[in-house]
Amino acid sequence: MMRRLTVPNILFSVWVVVLCMLPFVESSYFVHLATNIALFTILAQSWNFIGGFTGYPSFSTAAFFGLGAYAGAITQNMGLPMELAWIFATVLVSALAALFGFILLRLRGHYFAIGSIAIVEVLRLAIASATDLTGGGNGMNVRFLPGGPEYVGMVFLYTMVGLMVLVFALTVWVDKSRFGFGLRCIRQNEDAANMVGINANLYKIVAYVLSASFCGTVGAIYASWTGYIDPTDSFEILLTLKVPVMAMLGGAGTVIGPVLGAAAFSLLEEIFWANFLEYNRAILGVVIVILIFFLPRGLLNLDYHKLHRRLQHYAGQKPREPSE
Amino acid sequence: MELQILANGIVLGALYACIAVGFSLVWGVLNVINMLHGSFIILGGYITFFAWARLGIHPIAMIPVAGMILYGLGYMVQRGVINKVVTQPVLITLTLTFGLDMILYNFMNVVFTATPQRVTLELGSFDVAGIFMPWDRMVSMLLAFALTGLLYWVMRTSRVGRAIVAVRMDRDAAALMGIRVDQIYAITFGIGAFMAGAAGAVFAVVFPVTTNLTGLYIGKAFVVCVIGGLGSVPGALVGGMVLGVIESFAGHWLGPQHAITVGFVLMLMLLITRPSGLLGKKGYE
Repeated sequence: MMRRLTVPNILFSVWVVVLCMLPFVESSYFVHLATNIALFTILAQSWNFIGGFTGYPSFSTAAFFGLGAYAGAITQNMGLPMELAWIFATVLVSALAALFGFILLRLRGHYFAIGSIAIVEVLRLAIASATDLTGGGNGMNVRFLPGGPEYVGMVFLYTMVGLMVLVFALTVWVDKSRFGFGLRCIRQNEDAANMVGINANLYKIVAYVLSASFCGTVGAIYASWTGYIDPTDSFEILLTLKVPVMAMLGGAGTVIGPVLGAAAFSLLEEIFWANFLEYNRAILGVVIVILIFFLPRGLLNLDYHKLHRRLQHYAGQKPREPSE
Repeated sequence: MELQILANGIVLGALYACIAVGFSLVWGVLNVINMLHGSFIILGGYITFFAWARLGIHPIAMIPVAGMILYGLGYMVQRGVINKVVTQPVLITLTLTFGLDMILYNFMNVVFTATPQRVTLELGSFDVAGIFMPWDRMVSMLLAFALTGLLYWVMRTSRVGRAIVAVRMDRDAAALMGIRVDQIYAITFGIGAFMAGAAGAVFAVVFPVTTNLTGLYIGKAFVVCVIGGLGSVPGALVGGMVLGVIESFAGHWLGPQHAITVGFVLMLMLLITRPSGLLGKKGYE
């Protein structure tokens, strides 16, 4: 058990070091990119609790991200220190997620999926129409952190990476714990899990709250980082689809999968974005089609031996017998 | 005044029912949430708009044309792509249709640009018993009813319709009776797309045609399906009517910006209390 866990741990540590080293070797563009990757990694890791371990098709990432962004921005503008505003956003989002989870998790399959999408829409409309508090469709400004762009960039990068490490540690714990085992049981057969004494409802709600809390934190950090938020940006429907796709791309329900998926997807998007800005959505669509038809279990669970042999076959060489 | 709001609600309800029947059919029979539906409607709207603006063809004449083009597209998408994963969990099928929707949406944005287009017919309006009603809204309502009725008739009387109902009831038993399930799935998806295209042609007369509306339409389809229950034409009709009237009154009493929220909140409440809908049968989760 321990030996199997060390490989993802080492990979993850190396990745963290790479992200942290970027400010010393490269320009502010790379700092921005690294912060973005860490942001999406946290979101994908969070989704993994409910979507990967528990197997519930949740599409409410954007709801909690947007709510966290607004909670952080509003409290910060009211004079709360930045860090306290982030914590407040986390607590508020967790509480609301528990409430929504209590309501929605009684549903299964398709009904749960559309219920979770509906939450994004309801919260977006509620935020957009609460004009006094949120500025409505015009969005709202958040005061910038003083200290110059380079210093600020590093602050946000290290905060984001720190949070990423925290969520990773939590994932490792869930993966090993009784709790994680219970979630996997629910994924395989919820009725049977209930029958053998797993409190499925409680487990699901905890998993759902875990999947929401850090989305709230990340949203609040995002608001302080960019200095401006509006309802369409914060509750973007694209985000709610992109995050599960990242987790599945790496390998849903695994420890390192969401990290790998978020990194691969972000880098891919960065390369394509520079060249095909107006095909942003189509690229996501194509990635989804490739994911579902060619990588149904993610990059992590790909059969690399088979792939290697097939590539050799195409290259006209004699396929080597698998030695292991 | 109340009568006027009710009349507006019924017009809206007929259009909502027309949005939702195709979506509900696909969900009920294939067990697939078709996120492409909103984009299908807009594509039907664009076809109608360009036929009207460039070739001068009347929008009503374009209803069957737009429907058939979308039928072909839907049939191919189902046959070539979705059929391969149709039995997998909802996470996979929903993500796939969501992804296909992103591609179609992006394609329409690039080809047609996001500028709202509109077919203007200038039919005037009329007054009955203190109710003011523009003719184009009246006509679109009647067309929406006609399309919904047509689908009901096809499902009840035609061989294909009976086969679709049989597959919905029991896929394996239907296969044993000699129904080619894959074929029926593709036809069902095609019919769903036909309804979307035809609805798009009807809507081009009263609503602007723009890709910004795809999310709104798919949201309406969700709400109507949850209110009315899945897979049946009467369910979609009832769901559409209920939503249209409630939104109309909510918009009047609470302000128009809250009308959509009320619909979604209603849906969430119904999901908790009656997940199979007002007319739905249990066991189709």
